[in-house]
Order: sequence, then structure tokens, then C-alpha cells
Amino acid sequence: MNFLLRPIFFVTSGITEFLVTAGAISNLLFDSARSARRSLFSKQGRRLGWANLWLQMVRVGVRSIPIVSLVLFCIGAILALQMSPVLASFGQQQLVPDIISIAIFRELGPLVSAIVLTGFAGASIAAEIGSMVVSEEIEALEAHAIEPVRFLVVPRVFATTVMMVCLAVVGSLAGVIGGLVVARFALGMGMRQYVVHTFDVLLARDFITGLIKAGVFGAIISALACHLGLRVTGGAQGVGVATTRTVVLTIVSLIAVDLLFTTVFYAIGW
Amino acid sequence: MTTTPAIQVLDVTKRFGERTVLDAVRLDVHEGETLVILGGSGSGKSTMLRLMIGNIKPSSGDILVWGKSLNKMTEDELNTYRKSIGVLFQSGALFNSMTVFDNVALPMREHTRSDEETIRIQVLMKLEMVGLLDAARRMPSELSGGMKKRAGLARALAMDPKILFYDEPSAGLDPVTSHEIDLLMMKLNKLLGVTSVVVTHEMDSAFRIADRMVLLDRGKFVASGTVDEMKHSTDPLVHQFINGEAEGPLTERRREGHYVDELLGDI
Repeated sequence: MNFLLRPIFFVTSGITEFLVTAGAISNLLFDSARSARRSLFSKQGRRLGWANLWLQMVRVGVRSIPIVSLVLFCIGAILALQMSPVLASFGQQQLVPDIISIAIFRELGPLVSAIVLTGFAGASIAAEIGSMVVSEEIEALEAHAIEPVRFLVVPRVFATTVMMVCLAVVGSLAGVIGGLVVARFALGMGMRQYVVHTFDVLLARDFITGLIKAGVFGAIISALACHLGLRVTGGAQGVGVATTRTVVLTIVSLIAVDLLFTTVFYAIGW
Repeated sequence: MTTTPAIQVLDVTKRFGERTVLDAVRLDVHEGETLVILGGSGSGKSTMLRLMIGNIKPSSGDILVWGKSLNKMTEDELNTYRKSIGVLFQSGALFNSMTVFDNVALPMREHTRSDEETIRIQVLMKLEMVGLLDAARRMPSELSGGMKKRAGLARALAMDPKILFYDEPSAGLDPVTSHEIDLLMMKLNKLLGVTSVVVTHEMDSAFRIADRMVLLDRGKFVASGTVDEMKHSTDPLVHQFINGEAEGPLTERRREGHYVDELLGDI
């Protein structure tokens, strides 16, 4: 009987955990939005609020630019190399830039940037906040009447959301350049032809859907990392567990949310 | 000492799940005194401290600070209360990403509208008080255990608190440094006239700093009195704890504990 119940228990506990985490994340994002005004615009909070926000933007965003650009440059190049023989067999090799630009701007740019950022910033946010829990720093903040959500979560969520949108743009451009380099030097396509094709095929909505996704991805990465970091128990081991869980849960959530968004955009004809 | 207590703990019970950590405890902390809460590991003394600073809520009972109920305070009122207290955590709990100077400046930058120059002067004054002026620009990772405690104390003093809470101020320090921290606490208490609540199990330190002591055992206060009263207590439990004896009711109880039950579990 036990072996029959075990899978059911596994599935129901998984669903429960998912719902609890999703609820906690929504709550944290709501709290962050509510605290944002106080953190960034009230006379007392803004002195530290803006300084913290700026610091996190540099840490999360600016430092990720090289790695995100490199990864997406490679992905653009790989796409060009993979698609060119298939398209060539139909005599449609000139469509390489069209496919790359749509795939990168709508889908791969935001998603791959978000996955890279999960490893780069999500894990580090979870580890940092988890260590602060272990070393009583969060309790010290509360004892000094400084709300941890306002002081720690708000700057991280805002910085990650804003910088994720910027990274998606930079990453997508790097991807298109990756495709361009391959198209020019390996496939013998003209540079001008590639650029013209790219701009001809791209519509504003391709760009906008990518940016909307990127913003949501940024909020998910930071909220999950902060949530799991703040709930660390059990010392150094707990920090390790939180970091791993952050990376795994975030990547799964990103792909699930991506599917949801793509379905919605498809349904409304975007 | 005035007759109105600064803090009144009224029949506070705190449970974590099934486990009762504090069981209907009552305690008064008088204005200007240094009260030491003694107790072994797991006796509930740190929980008592966290309840008094408003970081956790009691399962039942209430805590009045200057006559105001912590239970009934809104989050804003609780934050106003927290601005009037200082807490020295066991590890110092310094923010590791900031210098000692920024650690002490943080509450001032957050809660006051003073300009940076005023804050700089105030921070340096606090650091001078704890003898840490030279380490202002150092990171917490570059400090020794005693220096971390001093820096934590300077940060606790940042908002000129009326009540200071100390969680195991001597923990992890060598005897000389521990003595230094005790003297510093006594100096500050005298200089600033603050009310102090100290949680510790270090008897040497407790005897030096206390005006009054209470002993917490298994979630209940089992004894209270001045240093002399406690030293001369005939209660075997108090006697054993104060003298750190290996034989006595505390250890007997542990030995008698439900060893067989624990060993055999649910069999």
C-alpha cells in the first residue's frame, strides 16, 4: 500500500510546496512594491535606498554584461551554423538572419540572459542574504528598526528587474552579432544584407514581448533568491541548500513562465 | 531606582511548535539598573531577549515597555520603540559588507536627517567611547572577536538608546578581553544612565556587571536577587549553577531524564 501512496504523496507535496513558494514570492513582491515608495522617495529612506539600488544595479547588471554577451554571441553563432545547411537544402539560406533575430529577440535573448543571471546574481543574492541570516545580521537590522524587505529586498528586486531588461537588449544584440559573424565569414553572406534582413523582419512587438518577459524574469530571479535566502536555517549547510534550490527553482520557474507568456502572446496574436 | 519598571514581562509563554521555551514568566526591569538573566544552554534566555526587543511575539502574556504593550504596538510603533533601544548580539552581528564606520553610521543614516558631517562626528564619538577609533575604516572580517563586540556596541549606541540589551557579551572571548568588555559596559551604563538587560551564563562577568540577577531554568525563573543574595543562596540549583559544579540538581535531572524512553523510542 505504501508504494502506491508514495507517488501520490510525492506529487501532492510537490504541488503544495509550489503553491506555498508561489504565494510567498507574490507576497514578497507585493511587500517590495509597497515598501518601494518609502525606500526610494521618503526623506529618510532615500539616502540609503538609492545608494543600495545603484550598488545592486552595478553588481547584478553591469558585471553580468560580458558573460551574458559572450553566451548569447555564441548562441547566435551556433544557430547560424545549425540552420544554414537545413535552409540551404531548401535554397533559403538568406532567411538565416530573419530566424536568428526573431528567435533571439523574442525568446533566447531574454531566457538565456535570465538563466545566466540566475547563476550569476540569483545564487549570489541567496547566499549573501542566507549568510546574513546565519550571522544574525537580519535580526540586527530589525533591532535597528530597519525592515529587511525595504533595506535588502527592494533594491535587489528593482535592480534585477531593471538590469534584466537592459541585459536582454544587450544580450539579444550580441546574439544577432554572433549570427552576423558566422553568416559573414562562414556562410559568405553580405554584412549589409544580414543587417537589412534583421531590421526588415523585426517588429516592435517582437522587441516588446522580449522586454516584458525579461522584466518578469528579473523579478522572479530576485524574489526567489531573496525569499529562499531569508528562510535559511541551519548555518553554512542551510546557505548551500538555499543557493542550490534558488538556481534549480528559478530555472524551472523561468522556463514555465516563459511557456505561459509565449502561449498568451500566441493566443492574442503577438 | 524608580518604582515604575522600564520593562514588565507579564506571564509570558513562548512555544515553538510543541516545545514550550518560556512558561508564564514574570519579570520587572527597573529604570537605570543592570539586570542579568542567567541560564544554561536552552533555558530560554535568548528567547526572552528576542521577545523583549520585539523580534518575536509571545504565544501568550504581554511585555510592557514604559507601560506600553509590545503586543498591541503597530509595526510603526514597534519601530519607534526599537529606535530607543540598542542590542549587542552574541556575534556582534556587524554587517559584513560595510566598514565599522558605516556599520555605526547605518542607523543614523536611516533614521535621522543629519548631514554626513554631523553623522561622521557622531560615529567617531561612539567609536571613541568603545575605544575603536583606529578601526573605523576596517571591515568586520579584519577585526578580532573583542573588537567585533566593541563595534557592535558602538552600533547599538548609535541612536542614544534608553535601554541596552546584551546577548552573551562575553561569549567566545578570552578572560582578559571579556573583563575589558564588562568594564566597558559598566562605564557606558554609568556614563549614559541606560537600563541594561544582559543575557549570559558567564558567572564572573555576571557578578561584575549585575545590579540584580534572575536565573532561568527550563523556561521558568527559579531565583532572583542581588549579587550577594544569589552568591549566598541556599537553593541547591542556584548554588550549583553559580559555582559551576558538576554535581547537583541540574546534572542529576539530566541523568535521570527519560533515557530509557529516548533510547527505546516508540518500541
